[in-house]
Amino acid sequence: MNLIKAMTLFSLIALTWQTQAAVLPQDRSDAMYHSYQGGGMSIDGPSILLRKKIGNSVSVSANYYVDTISGASIDVLATASPYEEERTEKSVGVDLLHEKTLVSFNYTNSLENDFFAESYHLGVSQDFFGDLTTLTLGFSKGNDEICRIGDVSFYEKAERQNYRLGLTQIITKNMIVGLSFENIADQGYLNNPYRSVRYIDPTAAKGYQFETEVYPNTRRSNAAAVTANYYLPYRASVYAEAKLFSDSWGIDANTYKLGYIHTFGDDWIVELRARHYAQEKADFYQDLFSRSAEFNVRARDKEMSTFNNLSFGASVTYEFQFSAANFFKKSTINLDIDHVNYDYDNFRNVLLDAPVGEEPLYQYSANITRLYVSIFY
Amino acid sequence: MKKMRLHVLLACFIAIGASGCSTTFEPWVKPYERDNLADTIMSMNRNPVSASYTNHALQAREGARGAEGGAGGGCGCN
Repeated sequence: MNLIKAMTLFSLIALTWQTQAAVLPQDRSDAMYHSYQGGGMSIDGPSILLRKKIGNSVSVSANYYVDTISGASIDVLATASPYEEERTEKSVGVDLLHEKTLVSFNYTNSLENDFFAESYHLGVSQDFFGDLTTLTLGFSKGNDEICRIGDVSFYEKAERQNYRLGLTQIITKNMIVGLSFENIADQGYLNNPYRSVRYIDPTAAKGYQFETEVYPNTRRSNAAAVTANYYLPYRASVYAEAKLFSDSWGIDANTYKLGYIHTFGDDWIVELRARHYAQEKADFYQDLFSRSAEFNVRARDKEMSTFNNLSFGASVTYEFQFSAANFFKKSTINLDIDHVNYDYDNFRNVLLDAPVGEEPLYQYSANITRLYVSIFY
Repeated sequence: MKKMRLHVLLACFIAIGASGCSTTFEPWVKPYERDNLADTIMSMNRNPVSASYTNHALQAREGARGAEGGAGGGCGCN
């Protein structure tokens, strides 16, 4: 889980790192229940966000997030027993506005019984050219401490640095385009201590055995994305995003996203979206190695394989406006649901009986649900 | 090929960001013309808690990472 865990910490940081104009974020509080169900995994829990301005130039925020995990994925079932665990993540941040410059600081930590991560984030946003252009620069540094249940002698570390560059540009009074670029460099223990590679062993009952994965201890990746939002002649909008990714492990990926947001009266917002993701495998990935320790670095983590996924999602928001005299301005009740289908090109389902290396390719689907209340003040 | 496309995209990005430094710039979209841009439906991340979680849920199961967020409203009228 460690690769996932490490990425988790940084992906959730997007909470405070979206490319945005150099204005203080809106005061709001959100309480969310989230759920991921699919591929034998059941993950759910709450997330609470509080954000409040102090005066006209300072905004503070805090986020509390919990994942309660019941794991019986194909990786677990092939080599171990189902497990349960909990991850708790806490973050605090402050945004400082001076004229057209927004400076943001954020600290986040994530704790599990076998993993601890913390990260520091700094960002600067500046508006230019009559506020038509917003430039955002960001830097993050993270440290991971990795343990392994049942092995008290196992203790590893990893470090991570992110550099971000973002640009948002008003094109017309109905269109905004955004560009973003991010470089991430990792060093240390980067693989998952629980995941294994499979190799041929004619003496084994199944004809193969498993042994520990070995990843390179450095990784450098680049991602670039372009987005566009367009306001339609009626109160609705469309958006699109294209993203390219490449890293030093040989993974090349692309992501395309398309969405439509429609309003019904003043109170209802409905969104429909689709997303497609495709990647080429890491250089050191194989579903089946020909012998034990065939290469110095080796992986059979399905996230390192060649695969694609396609998701369709919908959101419904009901908005309630308070009276002008009320401290609270408005509240929303939201339900977001996405259905994702994963198709793997070179990761086989070893839970099914078949000759070694000829098992059916793995595929599964998952549902991602978010139910939350937001209140603005 | 994909690495080349990534580099071309980055070069365009830097060129756009570095272009123009006039202090007397006249915006072609005036502040009073930005009502539509300020509408919450113009943000791909109008609900940050949900958007962050969705990014996490998808990307934790993918090899790619970074450059999340997208256009979050750039009109100085949040």
